[in-house]
This record gives sequence, C-alpha cells and structure tokens, in this order.
Amino acid sequence: MPILGVILAACSSGTDTLTVGAASSLTEVMDAVGDAFEGSGVIVSAAGSQVVAAQVREGAPLDVVVTADEATIDRLAAGGLLAGEPVRIAGNRLVIVVAAGNPKGVAGLADLVREDVTVVLAASQVPAGAYAAETLAAAGIVVSPASLEPSVRAVVAKVRLGEADAGLAYATDISADVAAVELPPGVGTDASYFAAVVGATSHPESARQFVDFLSSDRARAVFRTHGFAP
Amino acid sequence: MSIPRRLGILATVGIAGLVVPVVGLIVRTSWGRVLSDIGDASSAVRVSLVVSVIAVTLAVLTGVPIGWVLARGRFRGRTVLRAAVLLPIVLPPVVSGVALLAALGRNGSFGRWLDGAFSIGLPFTTAGAVVAAAFVAIPFVALVAEAGFRGVDAELEGVAATLGAGPWRRFRRIVLPQAAPALAAGIVLGWARAVGEFGATITFAGNLPGRTQTLPLAIFFELEQDPAAAFSLSFVLVVISLGMLLAARRAWMR
Repeated sequence: MPILGVILAACSSGTDTLTVGAASSLTEVMDAVGDAFEGSGVIVSAAGSQVVAAQVREGAPLDVVVTADEATIDRLAAGGLLAGEPVRIAGNRLVIVVAAGNPKGVAGLADLVREDVTVVLAASQVPAGAYAAETLAAAGIVVSPASLEPSVRAVVAKVRLGEADAGLAYATDISADVAAVELPPGVGTDASYFAAVVGATSHPESARQFVDFLSSDRARAVFRTHGFAP
Repeated sequence: MSIPRRLGILATVGIAGLVVPVVGLIVRTSWGRVLSDIGDASSAVRVSLVVSVIAVTLAVLTGVPIGWVLARGRFRGRTVLRAAVLLPIVLPPVVSGVALLAALGRNGSFGRWLDGAFSIGLPFTTAGAVVAAAFVAIPFVALVAEAGFRGVDAELEGVAATLGAGPWRRFRRIVLPQAAPALAAGIVLGWARAVGEFGATITFAGNLPGRTQTLPLAIFFELEQDPAAAFSLSFVLVVISLGMLLAARRAWMR
C-alpha cells in the first residue's frame, strides 16, 4: 500500500517540526517568534487557551503549549501532562475594544453598562474572560454581556463586524477597523503568558530548546515589537 | 444474498471508523453523574428545546411547501432552485453563520432594515439561535418531503379532481396522507439537525447561557471547565440522536 505509506509519512511531519498550541491572542506573534527560532520549523495551532489545554489533555500531538494565564497551564502541570515547569514568557494588558472612531463614545468601564452599548466578553473559561471578569469585579461594575465568546479573538471579531459595540480584549488584539480605549493605570488585570513542553512530545529536545528560546532576548524583542509587555 | 468479500472488508473498516468514536464516548461517560449533569445544564436543555421546537415548526411550515414545489413544480430553473434550497445541508455550518451575519447581522443588508423598521436585532438573541437552527433544518424537511411527494400516486389525485376536489382539498385529503411517513421522517431529521446545530449558532447568535447557549455550545465550553460533564451531555445527545434516527426510520417504513 504505497499511498498509505506516503500519507503516514506526511502526517508524522518529518523529523523536526514543532507543533505549538498557543493562546489565540498569540496568533501572529508566535509565527514571528517561530520564524526567528533557528532550530526546528514551527507550526502554530492557535485557539482559546482552554481549548489548547483540552487538546493537550486529550492527547493531541502538540510539542509545546503556551497559555494566556497561569491557572490553565498549572492545571496541565498538576495533571502530569507537562515536562518541566511552565515559564513566563510575556505579558499583556486589557483594553476596551470599540469600533474604529469609537462611535458610541465609550470612555471607560462604566460605559459598558449603558443600554445602548452591546458588550461581548470572552467566556470565563478563556483567560481573557477571567481577566475581564476580575477587572469588572474590581471596578464594581456589573455588565450584562450579549455573548460569552470562545476566544479573545472572537470578541474582537464581533466588534469588528459591528455586531457588538464594545468588548474587553488585549492591547495587542487591536487591529484594523477597531480601536482601543485604554483603562486607567492600575485598573485591569495584567495577563501573563506561560509556556511549557508537553510531556507526550516526540521531540523533547527541540521542544525544550524552543521553550528556552521563548524567554530569550531575541524572542522578547519580537514580542515587544508586536506590542506585548515584558 | 452474499456480500462480495472486498466490499465486506471495506464496509467493516468504515463501520468501525463510525462506531469507535461513539463507543469511546460511551466508555468515558460516568453513568452515575449523567442525571446530575443534565440538571446542571438545565438552562442549556431549555434553550435547546425552545430553539429546536420553534425551528422545526418553521421548517415544517416552509419546508413541506418547498418540497411540494420541487416535486410538482414545472418551471425553468427548478434544478437551480433545488440546489439553492438544499445548500445549507452541505455548507460548512460556520459558513452558514457567516452568511447569516452578512445578511441579518446589525450591518447586514436585511439586518439593517430589520433594525431600522422594527428595531429587531437577531444576533445574540434566542430568535437568532432559532434562525440559525431553522436555516439548517428547513432543507432537510424540504428534501425528504420532496421525495415523499414524488411517491404520491398521481392517478388518485386525477380521480379526485374529476370528482370536483380543488387543489387544496386534493393536497390535504389525497397527497398529505400518502406522504405522511416521509414527512414524519423529514420532521424528525430536521429536528435532529436543529438540536445539533453548533457552528452557525455560535457564529451568528453567540453564546450566552439561558439565551443562546444550546446543549452543543454548553458541551463545547464544558470540555474545559468540567470534561466529565461534557462527556455526560454528549452521551445524552448521542442517545437523543439515535432515538430520532430510529424514529425517522420507523416513520419512513410505515
């Protein structure tokens, strides 16, 4: 069965390509970091951190996992699914994402309770959703979201499409067609990204090198140019 | 009749591929907690029931007439019309969701009008979830209804016509009873599709517990929060779906 052989060979993705399961807010920057990495080739599979974690738990062939919070990766570590300790690699901060030009005149968190402002948040299982809930609770603001989205990028998409007027997302998620309303200093929970080698990886060596690389000066520079905090 | 060996082997491989995941799910399900997990997901169960029942009602009210038009209509472009009507069956659900957003979203061509004229906004509402479910259920009902109507004895209708029965009376008294088994099967299949709808719902209607979070959406989010609950709820949907398939088969064979 020569055809089957070819397919199987293609699936095992050669000798040294790393598959990185990453939080959706890292979609672009991870590609850039992967390009800067001189070891293996890197393929990024981006989804909500909770989805990436579920994939690891169910045995998806991921070599490295990067989440947007500590809790999600700690649960994987506690489950004995990681090789070595998770390391913090970058940070991010929450902003209010609104349509370009801010047509509803959203000035701060207090405006998110307005009747005429349709708000979407990430679901509480998503790190950005947990950060958003924490931020709103700390500010004593009770928002009735129209939807709890499966990833922070889905929140931005709903604002960008004009279905929602505002949402809470990361500063680095701001792209064309949307704008950020910054939160005052001290308001808003800061996000931290953590990376670790997946225990079941078939490339433990290069996976370890890549995780080390993620906290190198070279990778930090890439994160910085993409707007991430150290 | 004996089955050729090669066909038998390939069929076995295919059947294994189809059955193994479901068996895997059943094995992973913790029986003891299925009932309590359904209880915890009662709001998703309620949303699913409301959404799917309204959606299938819309699907019957429109899908059956569509099936009739496709079966009996003699007009140019019928093939194109059939393809257009059945398209949602083969469309990736997320594409259906994107299409619904493009048409009925706040910035959509019809959505803007709905909003302006009636201040109706469908995204993020239960009505939006109904629209998403109906969008995929109507073609199923129409497809099966068309097949059912094609099997109706046209001669009986002719006789009824000579006896002075009008078109509506003939449809009600001659056609409907004969097509009833097919229609029942179509309704069950359409309902199953409405219950299972995920991609178009999350894309178009969003996810809010108690409003747009149906059982499939609840399962998707539960998989991270509490995987065992996701398995329980998935198991329940497997049982419901299997039941519907058997019911549809019985209705069809009657």
